Amino acid sequence: MEFKNPQEDLERFRNRLTIAGGFVLFCFGLLFARFFWLQIVQHAYYDTRAEDNRISLVPIVPNRGLILDRNGVILARNYSAYTLEITPSKINGDLEAAIDELATVVDVQAKDRKRFKKLLEESKNFESLPIRTRLTDEEVARFIAHRYRFPGMDIKARLFRQYPFGAFAAHLLGYIGRVNDKDLERIAGEEQEANYRGTDHFGKTGLEQHYEFDLHGTTGFEQVEVDAGGHAVRTLERTAPVAGNDLTLTVDAKLQEIAEKAFGTRRGALVAIEPATGGILALVSVPNYDPNLFVDGIGTSDWDGLNTSADKPMVNRALNGAYPPGSTFKPYMALAALTLGKRRPEQVIYDPGYFNFGNYTFRDDKKGGHGMVNMYASIVHSCDTYYYMLANDLGIDNIANFMRQFGFGQKTGIDLGIEGTSESEGVLPSQEWKRKRFKKPEQQKWYAGETISIGIGQGYNSYTPIQLAQAVAGLANDGVMYRPHLVRTVTDARTGEKRAPVPTPPRTIAIKQEHIDVVKQAMVGVNKEGTGARAFAGAGYVSAGKTGTAQVFSYKGAEHKTETMAAHLRDHALFIAYAPAEQPTIALAVLVENGGFGAQAAAPIARQVLDYYLLGKVPNAPAPADEAAREEEQ
Amino acid sequence: MNPDWHPRVLLYRLLAPIDLPLLMLSGLLVLTALAMVASASPERIGNQLLNIGVALLVMRIVAQVPPQRLMHLALPIFAGGVLLLVGVALFGDVTKGARRWLNLGFMRIQPSEMMKIAMPLMLAWYFQRHEALLRLRDYAVATLILLVPTALIARQPDLGTAILVLAAGFYVIFLAGLPWKIIVGMLGAAAAGAPLVWGMLHDYQRARIVTLLDPEKDPLGKGFHIIQSTIAIGSGGIIGKGWGQGTQAQLEFIPERHTDFIFSVFSEEFGLLGNMLLLGLYAMLIARGMMIAVNAATLFSRLLAGAITLIFFTYAFVNMGMVSGILPVVGVPLPFISYGGTALVTLFVGIGILMSIHRHRMLVQK
Repeated sequence: MEFKNPQEDLERFRNRLTIAGGFVLFCFGLLFARFFWLQIVQHAYYDTRAEDNRISLVPIVPNRGLILDRNGVILARNYSAYTLEITPSKINGDLEAAIDELATVVDVQAKDRKRFKKLLEESKNFESLPIRTRLTDEEVARFIAHRYRFPGMDIKARLFRQYPFGAFAAHLLGYIGRVNDKDLERIAGEEQEANYRGTDHFGKTGLEQHYEFDLHGTTGFEQVEVDAGGHAVRTLERTAPVAGNDLTLTVDAKLQEIAEKAFGTRRGALVAIEPATGGILALVSVPNYDPNLFVDGIGTSDWDGLNTSADKPMVNRALNGAYPPGSTFKPYMALAALTLGKRRPEQVIYDPGYFNFGNYTFRDDKKGGHGMVNMYASIVHSCDTYYYMLANDLGIDNIANFMRQFGFGQKTGIDLGIEGTSESEGVLPSQEWKRKRFKKPEQQKWYAGETISIGIGQGYNSYTPIQLAQAVAGLANDGVMYRPHLVRTVTDARTGEKRAPVPTPPRTIAIKQEHIDVVKQAMVGVNKEGTGARAFAGAGYVSAGKTGTAQVFSYKGAEHKTETMAAHLRDHALFIAYAPAEQPTIALAVLVENGGFGAQAAAPIARQVLDYYLLGKVPNAPAPADEAAREEEQ
Repeated sequence: MNPDWHPRVLLYRLLAPIDLPLLMLSGLLVLTALAMVASASPERIGNQLLNIGVALLVMRIVAQVPPQRLMHLALPIFAGGVLLLVGVALFGDVTKGARRWLNLGFMRIQPSEMMKIAMPLMLAWYFQRHEALLRLRDYAVATLILLVPTALIARQPDLGTAILVLAAGFYVIFLAGLPWKIIVGMLGAAAAGAPLVWGMLHDYQRARIVTLLDPEKDPLGKGFHIIQSTIAIGSGGIIGKGWGQGTQAQLEFIPERHTDFIFSVFSEEFGLLGNMLLLGLYAMLIARGMMIAVNAATLFSRLLAGAITLIFFTYAFVNMGMVSGILPVVGVPLPFISYGGTALVTLFVGIGILMSIHRHRMLVQK
């Protein structure tokens, strides 16, 4: 308890106020120190951070390169369209409800929702994903009028890939789709991450995939000042994008169209090659599909339809289907015999209609046999017995070593898809192959009896149509082999300079020209007086060919009753050809799955293709199956 | 013409209660406010002019009221304030999770705001009454007077206002001569009770403290405000980016940039030099207030003037401290500069009281 006098009181107050003043000064000093630290010492750091905040690099996606055929017909192009996109992370509350509300303004169908859901599952949620593509001008106007109701949704102008001919050449063009993790790996592998900022589509198959990094182009960048909401306020600097390089193909679109149509509703493949360059003129795998379906993300029902169809439209039969070559193998067998000195052209054998080996009897297709047969006749009439014997005389490894030179059983290295994975190897049987292929020792051994049917292109033989086409092109070219390729030139978007992407050092097979001439002559005979004669009757040019029929099922001497057999167990029809015989400009291989005999189903297709290519004749209907032709050959 | 109505007489009467240094200092601050609002939120400039007009009018009216009158009003104002706070707790409107407003039917009021003045008024009155003989019991009563409304405000919750009210009251008690041993004891108790207080804090209040300690932990969430305002200040450098040129402010990286975070806009655009000028202005205002306090005629006036002056300091320090990242984010505006009418009126009521005290410094107590 204390009494106070006013003076003492005032003194105390002054004291206290002085202390408070000191505290004020101390605190202000503290603030000053803090400001000094932030604004002087750390200024550079915070300045950078402020700039980082302010400036955003916005990628400008380049125009994807065009794909043109050899005559400049556009097979893949781009068009600009409006899309309505949603950034899921910016949607407050329920995404479904937001889309429901959107549907009151812009038409959103069930398939749009499904596709969006699929994209959502695949994406990181800060991406902007399309809910609708190709909006009409009216829809755009309506959305913009209601935009305030839809935060996190926006209209964007995007370039879309378009394949103007629809379901045409799909297996060679391929398609693009949204970038996925696998694509990102490929981008990282090419160290192209920076260039792919802003790109959301990527080549998935075919040329689109193989030439992705040519077609993509160089992404441009815009330095924009952005506000805290990420909205661009103004542009500070701009580096223009450079469009992707255009691809000019060796393919002739019209020829491709005729070849596709020639199949009608049948399944199969056709590969036509320019023998002097290896350039592919047509590459057909039917049935086809429409690559446009994939561009915006394919709908579930379309996808299921394509994948569950028994006709397997998604399989590229030209590269991934491996089939026994049947009798189309015989010309090469003959050439092997000549080269290895096992037969002379005029040497005659007797064909009783069968060939006995051990306890087995190998039958000739012609009952009673062909009688006396020389090499020419063996090819023209497709005599099996001649080749049973020849195969036995050559032995499996001689056959394999010779055939390897024509590319049988090896990937061609065609510029489609990702090299090495888009093509099947097929099977070129040999002792070594069998050792590797089978596990059990008794299966690993090659039996001499197994060689016999190899001679007529059956047995373990299995090649892709592109291998067959490559081989016949090499034969037409007198043993000079070019790697088959689809792209003739890549046009540099920056310089306009055209360059050939696939270096094509040809490989010459060591065979005598006189031997080649024997075989070539026989193949001309096939189309003149042999198994191909009906299909090529009245052609205004001289062509060379060979029919073939590949057994899907082994009948072991049974009578062939193709009419009664289930459609999928019928033989595959094959035909190889080149023309004109003297100076070949086109070589091709045709395969018709379960088409029956080569002369019956495959040769007429080849005729239509050659007629167009050499004479400009445009057929008005698919190649008819020649039912009468089947009696003549296997 | 009646001499009373002569313009010079009128002008004299109008200006007589006004203290020129205080008017000039607060005037400079208010002009700064206008400049900042024009930069950060130009569409509000008209409103802010109106706020300033009202605040100056209120200041002039308050300046007219002699301290003696204020003393008589202290108890009713305080009691009314506490009643209204209780009313808020019982019937208040909830906005943004806090119960701060009371709807009187014809208007909505925020009673906690008037407590910033009512509290020092009440305590100054209390100590004046017990001037002759100050016993420990008086400090205890004073502490009770302080804690009841503070607790009511903290519960709303409104941490910023609670801190200001608590500080205002504490300044009176401190200036009245609270013995040092009690102060030291209280500090010790505060340190010991900190974990207890932590337990009583709301989640968002805890988050603010955690954010202060490590804002980068949650850069897009709770740390965003403080990181962005620190970047703004730091990037301002020595002379700043220039008025209206602050990218952090203009591109809306700074949240609440016209209210609580207006200082980071100022700091970004005017740099360290601007900050020093601003600190200088506050320091001068505080110095002037302290001078008035020292010269005041009565204990009541002294305590009130001293407390109000220190309130100005508290506003400024807490706001600049939180914006620059050395104090947790509590809702305290930058005095005289942040946009908003309520706080401005409260501040000018304080200025008015100081002016009144100064004008009546020579008058002897009745």
